[in-house]
Amino acid sequence: MNSNIERFAYDNKIVKQFAYATILWGAVGMLVGVIIALQLVFPALNFDLAQTTYGRLRPLHTNAVIFAFVGNGIFMGVYYSLQRLAKARMWSDKLSRIHFWGWQTIIVLAALTLVFGFTTGKEYAELEWPIDILITLIWVVFGLNMFMTIIKRRERHLYVAIWFFIATWVTVAMLHIVNSFELPVSLLKSYSWYAGVQDALVQWWYGHNAVAFFLTTPYLGLMYYFIPKAANRPVYSYRLSIIHFWALIFLYIWAGPHHLLYTSLPDWAQSLGTVFSIMLLAPSWGGMINGLLTLRGAWDRVREDVVLKFMVVAVTAYGMATFEGPMLSLKNVNAISHFTDWTIAHVHVGALGWNGFLTFGMIYWLVPKMWKTELYSRKLANWHFWIGTLGIVLYAVPMYWAGWRHNEMLTQFTEDGRLQYQFLDMVNGMMGFYALRSLGGLLFLVGVIFMIVNVWKTVAAGNFVANEETEAPALAKNVTIHGQEHWHRVIERKPVQMLILALVMVAIGGIIEMVPTFLIKSNIPTIAEVKPYTPLELEGRDIYIREGCYTCHSQMVRPFRAETARYGEYSKAGEFIYDHPFQWGSKRTGPDLAREGTGVNQKSNAWHYNHMTDPTSTSPASIMPRYPWLLTGKVDESMTPAKIRAMITLGVPYPEGYDQQAVTDMQKQAKEIYDDLKLSEAQLLLGEDGLAPDQEIIALIAYLQKLGRDIEVANNKTAAK
Amino acid sequence: MKFINYLTSITGISVYPMISMLLFTTVFLFAIYWAFGSSKATINEQKNLPFE
Repeated sequence: MNSNIERFAYDNKIVKQFAYATILWGAVGMLVGVIIALQLVFPALNFDLAQTTYGRLRPLHTNAVIFAFVGNGIFMGVYYSLQRLAKARMWSDKLSRIHFWGWQTIIVLAALTLVFGFTTGKEYAELEWPIDILITLIWVVFGLNMFMTIIKRRERHLYVAIWFFIATWVTVAMLHIVNSFELPVSLLKSYSWYAGVQDALVQWWYGHNAVAFFLTTPYLGLMYYFIPKAANRPVYSYRLSIIHFWALIFLYIWAGPHHLLYTSLPDWAQSLGTVFSIMLLAPSWGGMINGLLTLRGAWDRVREDVVLKFMVVAVTAYGMATFEGPMLSLKNVNAISHFTDWTIAHVHVGALGWNGFLTFGMIYWLVPKMWKTELYSRKLANWHFWIGTLGIVLYAVPMYWAGWRHNEMLTQFTEDGRLQYQFLDMVNGMMGFYALRSLGGLLFLVGVIFMIVNVWKTVAAGNFVANEETEAPALAKNVTIHGQEHWHRVIERKPVQMLILALVMVAIGGIIEMVPTFLIKSNIPTIAEVKPYTPLELEGRDIYIREGCYTCHSQMVRPFRAETARYGEYSKAGEFIYDHPFQWGSKRTGPDLAREGTGVNQKSNAWHYNHMTDPTSTSPASIMPRYPWLLTGKVDESMTPAKIRAMITLGVPYPEGYDQQAVTDMQKQAKEIYDDLKLSEAQLLLGEDGLAPDQEIIALIAYLQKLGRDIEVANNKTAAK
Repeated sequence: MKFINYLTSITGISVYPMISMLLFTTVFLFAIYWAFGSSKATINEQKNLPFE
């Protein structure tokens, strides 16, 4: 017996704060999700306001759900389980509070900047550079507090959940820092350090692993703690959890390029992404089976216990999503799913089922425990479970169907070899699916409201234990080893070594995939005719990014007959070398725009003007929002020289001193478009301010007219030869 | 900044998938050895940590 028993208390207050934040931001994020789902059915819900338009609200939804809802959910679960597994209070209450309030500040800043159009234009990494720095600082605070707690622990061995927390921390730090390299132009404007294909590779290495190391590994750690606790039995196979951990963190990091199949990414990188994605099925299912089999012999309790119900569906959804993921990485399947709602269905099975339901299970388990009471209403929690499950089904099934339908319609040809359907025909065919999806999302949100009521009433009836008194023997400084000891038991005791080993594991895949793409010239063949954007086009591109056009429009023609017939020549890596950031997009709610300024897609300036003012004036039944503020907004010429200088720093070959010439050139090009529009002024849907050369819409038109032009020039030269 | 210009080519890029496969096999074997190299007593002790 160790006589050196120490008394201490677990900090439940920080768990409570993160739990409240999880619930609050979950409800907000899901509400925004329902709103943008409805905007696709009823475009009037965009309200003709910049701040409430789909392109700005969609990043708000994804960021809120991933980083606010799931992020706070992670911290809630980690702060509860880590203290108990380490048999120690969090190292510093002050750091815990800084972490909490810092993270909430980031969320508020993110929400405000995104709706006001300050965005980097990189999916799931849209936040501008000052917020990126704040995220880094707060992440370090979290890491320091976590590591010091682990170092000061009273339990010699690190339970597997803590391994997952360590891997999460180190990998998210790496991903966030590498993907956030950007060159600031002003306080809230920056350009990605990388361009085109390289930017795409870094972005999807980040994007995929945000799913892996923000939405998956921390939740697997929480699964390994909370399912055994809720089921009151240890995990099915601890050995399997060890293999699960190492295989999963090693494999996950390689899989990013499966988001870029059939794009301009070099083929070998695409193949590597596919191979590792398929191999990922093994550890993922190992983890799922481990989670489910933990309930062996306790399945009767699943019928009664709502916490277990949520957890079983969560792990099942994890299994479904991680089976589907590798299948979607096969090129032939990806050809169908990519750019369609199939991907949306896939991510929501993960987000609503795995993250959502595991979070709800944890909340229903934690709240009665910390308030020393019974849950207010099991019946209401059961209602939440069933309405939430129905919501997931009603969300996912129409989206799978929509994905197939989208692909079917857009790849059909008539007997004489013409495309059977216009893009708008497909959009109109989606309306029923979109309406059903909105209903599914709404039901899921109603379930969350049930939970809020239940938690509220439980909290009101209970007595919160802010500091949970406990005791444990102090950890002996010197380890007495009886007999022979395996080398890995040493690592199991040493968190810093564990961190380094985890970092090595996750760094290998990224390095092997990215270094050649950055260093080998033959991976990005240049095209002589591809020229840097003119100052006006660059300003137009910034407006395109600000309005989140990439949330609905891709700029990547894949090498398929149906796509080249619809849009024009397939996209080449060399076309994007001046694109900071790349704008390939990931979903086609609207058509691809890579060839918008050329060939079969070319339209007049007047067409674009009217289309932005009222999309239905040129494309009846279009669901695109109106952009009336582009008619009143003026291009900020004072920023243009700084933008050109930033581009020069990033390696874009403008002539020396061009920043001083840029505004004059911009005005000249704007005047040309203005003069052209003036010719058809009678047909224009003008705003209150009439037509003027410095309107934002003119810059946007210049950018859209540039898309695909260079490659057309290159082709004409080749043909002439 | 101009990352693409550092090197013009690396020969034998096809060796990358082979290296990757070997690396994964090594990691996998390492994990298997870790898991099955542990005694039953150790494993039981660790799997019960959430209940202590």
